[in-house]
Amino acid sequence: MQNFDQELDARGLNCPLPILRAKKALKDIEGGQVLRILATDPGSVKDFEAFARQTGNELLASSEEGGEFHFFLKKAG
Amino acid sequence: MADKKLAIIATKGTLDWAYPPFILASTGAALGYEVSVFFTFYGLQLLRKKLNLKVSPLGNPGMPMPMGMDKWFPVLGTAIPGMESMMTAMMKNKIKQKGVASIEELRSLCIEADVKLIGCQMTIDLFDFQRDELLDEIDLGGAATFFEFAGESDVSLFI
Repeated sequence: MQNFDQELDARGLNCPLPILRAKKALKDIEGGQVLRILATDPGSVKDFEAFARQTGNELLASSEEGGEFHFFLKKAG
Repeated sequence: MADKKLAIIATKGTLDWAYPPFILASTGAALGYEVSVFFTFYGLQLLRKKLNLKVSPLGNPGMPMPMGMDKWFPVLGTAIPGMESMMTAMMKNKIKQKGVASIEELRSLCIEADVKLIGCQMTIDLFDFQRDELLDEIDLGGAATFFEFAGESDVSLFI
C-alpha cells in the first residue's frame, strides 16, 4: 500500500474540479510529500497523468476499484 | 513551465458558453500558465457581480433536451415563452447533479489563481454597463490591451 501524507476527496466532482482541488491541496504540503486523491470522474485518469507531466509533480501510482480512482501525487521540490 | 501564457477572448454570454473560458482559464492556471481573459460583447455578462446566465434551445439544434422533448417540440416549439427559463433550470439542475462546477465557483477559482480578467471598455460604453455592476477584481481595456498579452502568449483562443 502506497503511503501518503494528505488526502483529498474529489469523489462526485467533475472536470476540471478534481485537478483544481488537487492543485490547491498541493499548496498545503511540502515538496516530496504525497497527496492521495480519491475521484469518481473517469476523465480524471488521463487528466492527472497530463497534470503530472506538465507540473513536474510525480504521479507515483493510480488505481481503480469499483468505479473509484485513487491517485498518488508526489509534490515536486 | 511558469512562463507559459494563455490568452482567451470570451465573447458569449450564455450559461453554456460561459464554461469553456472559465474551465480553460482555471485549469491553465493550475498547470502553471499565466492566464488573461478578455471579455467583450456578450462575454461581458460573465463579469457581472450577480450572474444571471441562461441557456436557450432556440436556434441550438445540438442541445440535448430531456424526456425526448426535442421530438415533441419542433424548431418553432423552442420559441415558446418560458422555454428558456425551463431549460435553464433543467440545465442548472443537471450541472449540480453531475458534480460539474457552477460558473460562480469556476470564476472565483480563476480570481484566486490570479487569472487576469479584462473587461472591454467599448462594450461597457456600447451597452451602458455601470462599472459597479461588474466585479471589482477586473481591469478594463481595449483591443490593444488584449494584444499586449496575446502577442506573447503560447496559446490564444477565441470563444
